[in-house]
Amino acid sequence: MAEGVARLERGGRIDRAKPLRFRFDGREYLGYAGDTLASALLANGVHLVGRSFKYHRPRGILTAGAEEPNALVRVERGDGRSDPNTRATTLPLFNDLEAFPQNCRPGLAFDLLAVNGLLAPLFPAGFYYKTFMWPPAFWKRIYEPRIRAAAGLGEAPRRPDPDRYLHRFAHCEVLIAGGGPAGIAAALAATRAGARVILAEAQPAFGGWLLGEGAVRARIGGEAPDAWLAEALAELRAAPNCRLLPRTTVFGCYDHNLVGLLEDVGDHRLAPGEGRPRHRLWKVRATEVVVAAGMIERPLVFPANDRPGIMLAGAAATYLHRYAVLPGREIVVVTNNDSVYGLAGDLAEAGARVTVADSRRRVPEAVATAARARGVALLTGVLPAGSEGRRRVRQIHLRPRDAGITLPVPHACDLVLMSGGWHPDLALFAQARGGLRWDGDLAAFLPDRAHWPMRCAGGANGTRSLAEAIADGLRAGAAAARAAGFSAEPPTPPPVEEGPAWTLEPLWCVPGCSTRERAKAFVDFQQDVTARDLGLALREGYESIEHVKRYTTTGMGTDQGKTGNLNALGIVAGERGLPVAAVGVTTFRQPWTPVPFGALVGPHRGALFDPVRRTPMHRWAEAAGAVFEDVGQWKRARYFPREGEDMAAAVQREARAVREACGMLDASTLGKIDIRGPDAAEFLNRVYTNAWTKLAVGACRYGLMLGEDGMVFDDGVTARLAEDHFHMTTTTGGAARVLAWLENWLQTEWPELRVWCTSVTEQWATVTVTGPRAREVLRPLVEEVDLGPAAFPHMTFRTGRVAGVPARIFRISFTGELSFEVNVPAGYGLHVWEALVEAGRPHGLTVYGTETMHLLRAEKGYIIVGQDTDGTVTPFDLGMGWIVSRKKRDFVGRRSLFRSDLQRPDRKQLVGLLTEDPARVLEEGAQIVEDPNEPVPMRMIGHVTSSYMSPTLGRSIALALVAGGRERGGQRLWVPQLDGPPVAVEVTSPVFYDPAGERLHV
Amino acid sequence: MLRIPCPFCGPRAEIEFRCGGEAHIRRPPDPEALSDAEWADYLFMRRNPKGIHFERWFHAHGCQRWFNLARHTVSDRILAVYPMGEGPPAELSAAPEAGADG
Amino acid sequence: MRRYSIFTLARNALTGHRDWPRAWRSPEPRPRYEVVIVGGGGHGLATAYYLAREHGIRDVAVLEKGWLGGGNTGRNTTIIRSNYLHDESAALYDHALRLWAGLSRELNFNVMYSDRGVMMLAHNVHDVQIFKRHIYANRLNGIDNEWLTPEEAGAYCPPLSIDRGARYPMLGAALQRRGGVARHDAVAWGYARAADALGVDIIQNCEVTAIRRRGDRVVGLETTRGAIAADRVGIVVAGHSSVLAEMAGFRLPIESYPLQALVSEPVKPVFPCVVMSNTVHAYISQSDKGDLVIGAGTDQYVSYSQRGGIQVIEHTLEAILELFPIFSRMRLMRQWGGIVDVTPDRSPIIGKTPVRGLYINCGWGTGGFKATPGSGHLFAWTIARDEPHPINAPFDLDRFVTGRLIDEAAAAAVAH
Repeated sequence: MAEGVARLERGGRIDRAKPLRFRFDGREYLGYAGDTLASALLANGVHLVGRSFKYHRPRGILTAGAEEPNALVRVERGDGRSDPNTRATTLPLFNDLEAFPQNCRPGLAFDLLAVNGLLAPLFPAGFYYKTFMWPPAFWKRIYEPRIRAAAGLGEAPRRPDPDRYLHRFAHCEVLIAGGGPAGIAAALAATRAGARVILAEAQPAFGGWLLGEGAVRARIGGEAPDAWLAEALAELRAAPNCRLLPRTTVFGCYDHNLVGLLEDVGDHRLAPGEGRPRHRLWKVRATEVVVAAGMIERPLVFPANDRPGIMLAGAAATYLHRYAVLPGREIVVVTNNDSVYGLAGDLAEAGARVTVADSRRRVPEAVATAARARGVALLTGVLPAGSEGRRRVRQIHLRPRDAGITLPVPHACDLVLMSGGWHPDLALFAQARGGLRWDGDLAAFLPDRAHWPMRCAGGANGTRSLAEAIADGLRAGAAAARAAGFSAEPPTPPPVEEGPAWTLEPLWCVPGCSTRERAKAFVDFQQDVTARDLGLALREGYESIEHVKRYTTTGMGTDQGKTGNLNALGIVAGERGLPVAAVGVTTFRQPWTPVPFGALVGPHRGALFDPVRRTPMHRWAEAAGAVFEDVGQWKRARYFPREGEDMAAAVQREARAVREACGMLDASTLGKIDIRGPDAAEFLNRVYTNAWTKLAVGACRYGLMLGEDGMVFDDGVTARLAEDHFHMTTTTGGAARVLAWLENWLQTEWPELRVWCTSVTEQWATVTVTGPRAREVLRPLVEEVDLGPAAFPHMTFRTGRVAGVPARIFRISFTGELSFEVNVPAGYGLHVWEALVEAGRPHGLTVYGTETMHLLRAEKGYIIVGQDTDGTVTPFDLGMGWIVSRKKRDFVGRRSLFRSDLQRPDRKQLVGLLTEDPARVLEEGAQIVEDPNEPVPMRMIGHVTSSYMSPTLGRSIALALVAGGRERGGQRLWVPQLDGPPVAVEVTSPVFYDPAGERLHV
Repeated sequence: MLRIPCPFCGPRAEIEFRCGGEAHIRRPPDPEALSDAEWADYLFMRRNPKGIHFERWFHAHGCQRWFNLARHTVSDRILAVYPMGEGPPAELSAAPEAGADG
Repeated sequence: MRRYSIFTLARNALTGHRDWPRAWRSPEPRPRYEVVIVGGGGHGLATAYYLAREHGIRDVAVLEKGWLGGGNTGRNTTIIRSNYLHDESAALYDHALRLWAGLSRELNFNVMYSDRGVMMLAHNVHDVQIFKRHIYANRLNGIDNEWLTPEEAGAYCPPLSIDRGARYPMLGAALQRRGGVARHDAVAWGYARAADALGVDIIQNCEVTAIRRRGDRVVGLETTRGAIAADRVGIVVAGHSSVLAEMAGFRLPIESYPLQALVSEPVKPVFPCVVMSNTVHAYISQSDKGDLVIGAGTDQYVSYSQRGGIQVIEHTLEAILELFPIFSRMRLMRQWGGIVDVTPDRSPIIGKTPVRGLYINCGWGTGGFKATPGSGHLFAWTIARDEPHPINAPFDLDRFVTGRLIDEAAAAAVAH
């Protein structure tokens, strides 16, 4: 294992004192702290790193940043830490890093699916729309599985993620995305103005271009830029109002300037380490945003421009200056602009033989002379026409631009650098709805009007020199602070010495690429989209840029077309004979770079996915072996099985106990709303279907609430505690909804009513004691209340003490038996519960759960809103016309009841069903028909809403909604089964037990 | 995520609020006097404008107060906040394009 | 129409694919048509196709303000199923599902309909009751739907967690095997090409600015490309239905909300079917390209901006990771939004309007893609005969007056 063959002895920002071992594709290599995986691979002479999406062509490292389309690897760190599609160009190297190439089988060097490349003539853009239609069954069984297997990039993780992710919220006046010279300058200006500033930079270090090529290309204040950089960062670090966030990517700018940041806390290591999260996701509400994301270099589109060893010139500059890697010795630089000339000289001075092949007929004299002086050979008016080399480029073909038909001249090389010009990275600006305008001089889009308070600075704003970038950053920072209410003038920019700003002559693709037969000139490297694919799409009429994108898939990869989209636009514009601006751009969307799902979810996993609500008696039920069910966010005890019991057995036992002796239920989850005010009764009059004004103090009443559409919305018992004070109960699931509903009416429609509503669901623990012996169980624990039937009749309430605790006792029943609902302050709930369990022991008190509660109420024909109703059921449908006041001229929902469809006699109505076979329990949800022999589709006349085996009646019972059901008493209907013969049922009253209600009034 | 300027609590994140839909739909004082069609109009018909929308918001996880808000449904800019019971600001009713952009 | 097949593909390969004809023409609008369809999404293009194909009405134009399929057709998560509860809905969506099965061959355009199964998860007792009700009703309507135990569901979709200790453990699932996915863009393009071949003029970048009436009758449209007269006009503009209705002088019981969706980075096949969960709120499948395609919820406010809040995305991914913990390290690649027109009963409106000769097809909410072929087929019938087909007759505007709603939202009901 040797020192990397391409690593220079001196220079760069790597720490040669800290060597790091890593593995790629099963081989071991050495790199240094400060490397990325890509720079370390290049230092070791590794160019071939992956296979392309469609043709499985060998691919190398194209860029040195987040815009990388090719160098995507799978990183394996053990323990389920598997990360497909990771950009080698931004992955910091760490010890024992292990990475694998993707999309190649059996291996990187020999990939069976490379045969796709040979078959490429059959696979133009959109080929799959034109074939695979015959025979029909083959699409799902044969064609699609093969297409799927060939597509996709990496392998999805197979094991759960061991890492943690945190979320953090923050506010600031000025958020700056990008910590290059412009971003730092903006931060200086805004910080000095006194604004709270957040400066986020995706890389581990601030400085951007100054950390690489800028370090040798320019001087600030007469010194190397490092001095200015150090001073600026020291100032920002010292400022209490500035927060520097390195390794933090601004991934999304959302409405009203909510900005999403992804901070790498532990991801740049093998494992995050004890107590550390992998990522921290910041959601920052910024008054002003400054986008200083710099510029992105474009490839040149020429035949076979995708081989390993062909990379962007700016990337090579970064590898040379920042990572001390000389990625080739025989270098051809193809360009249409002068941004590469300084680099060409640097490479020559570092020992490479360098030829610049410039597509322009004229290159600025000073630029050409300076390069030649540094040993660079220069060809002008020359176009790249092809390349050779399987696993790495070994030849590039160049042809003169103006000659008619000249054979391309091969140039031997081991590295081709290309530059098609640079464009501002406007993804963040545009995804936040910022407008773009075309700049012909730069041949790129510039930011136009921002939608939210936002501006661009530096390269992202189109500046082409360091001096401009710093000055623009200072201006933008000051302007942002001013817009946020601070008084600020831009600080004076430091003097900068550098070469002239670069110029270019647009070259969207080498002529002929979009039509010529065999040439594969790639526009989108990751999606394997060629210039010819674009041409084909246009010829077939897919002219809108969105159609071109969707038909060819250009720009739809993990890089979202950062390097390729503008070339694609230029080619489409050229083919259509339109200016680029007229073609328009596809929509920019979040995120800027991909964000792990885990980071977006943060801590909201498992128990924190949704809060769990538990009653004060929960622990007791748990200890008693209860089986719980989820009802909304609540955990409710469903039944309490004894040794060897299943649910059916437990429920039969619990129900029998209630009917024969006494049972106890934790009803604390019932919604409770305290309603006060002089107009409280009038208010209830308006929201319930029945009348409330005359309800006596101390009495309770059952109420139905309708939506304004006339459908049952909620129900519950409400008690009048005082003339102006009510205690309302709601369904468990409906509590929050009902409160919001009440507030809505009070505040928006009837502000004149003096009524105040407070949720007291959690303030009260509720224990239902029910059964013929309920009174005996309760009596020894109750003070200050006479439980006798005359003193405390059904549907009244009393206040007193239970087990020494102040209590509200409601004599109301959901079982049909003598029942007391004991409400005590929640903190005493467990105490009272345990006292009642103890007191009930001699009386055969049995604790029961929601399942038994459902059964008992069904025997009585009491409805459960949400089970026996579904939002399409009126009180009349339920046979509860008795609760709809005929005297009140209005209440919520009343008018809707008189619409024609709600008056139909054949509406579904609540009835009881008895199966002919008393042992047969119907399934809830089963449908009801008149004729069991009708062929499918059958006419369904209703469905089973509730169904139980009743121990009291010794047979099964069911409630159902049946069309015109109340007229069908005694009729025989059928319930078809999913398997097996239909079940015969008889329509009955929904009240199966004690229809006269005698057991209530004892 | 919008930033909703609650008139009682100040600007807060949208997750604290519930949007109550179109504002200024008065419940008819005498529903019985309406035809089915008129009642359906109250119940279901909405302006749903591509432009300025006057809507109601409820600070559910805050002060529990309802208020009115004017927002442009294309730009999502919030143009005004005003109490329940008040009509929309005259300048917005008169200039349906206000707040579209810029 | 030049047919597509493996043979024509091979033949064109020999000539470098230089001779493929345009998939559809790009004609200048004519001054009048017998029928104008406003809206060049899947539903509108399908309507035009069936008008020409089944009703012999070929003097038809489709006007699209932007690019074909640029609205919800190109923004949805491509789920196809017909396991709706109410008879009316079941008939409507199953009509569409039957057309999906033969659509690629009908259009000679591979729309990649793949019946990989749609599984809906139950997480509480109430869900179980609801799904059982769906299964019974679907079966009796001739629609396949079956109940799976958690173990069976896990076997059908291996990445699915069947952990009983989850916050909302899965208690079972309803599976419609005929459900699946299709390639959304291809549906618009396939219908466009086939309609064009039958003589329909497809006109893009043509925005309707006014609807002209004479008395209570529609007589034509003003557009950004000039006035166009028409005997009959069909409006199929999901996301802008209220805007067009206002031009015609009536209101709709519709509100337009952002609906967001997202995709992950592409990976090798890992997810074999479609999974939906209403209770924890997520739906997910994997595209042929390899992306996990995940549907998020609607934002709570009316908006035409085709975007929404990040909290909706976060909430959706929370649910996804509850169900599929192994996807935690997968990455969000792109998120986007569409505009969905939501009716009070969550069922569409397909039929006549208060204006004679003007028909509307709207209100599909979050689920219109699956209905595309059926919707077009029925809307074409409605326009051609000036009366609804029996399947779409219940989906009229009048139901909001009479109260005869087709409430699929209520069918999901509420927890008790």
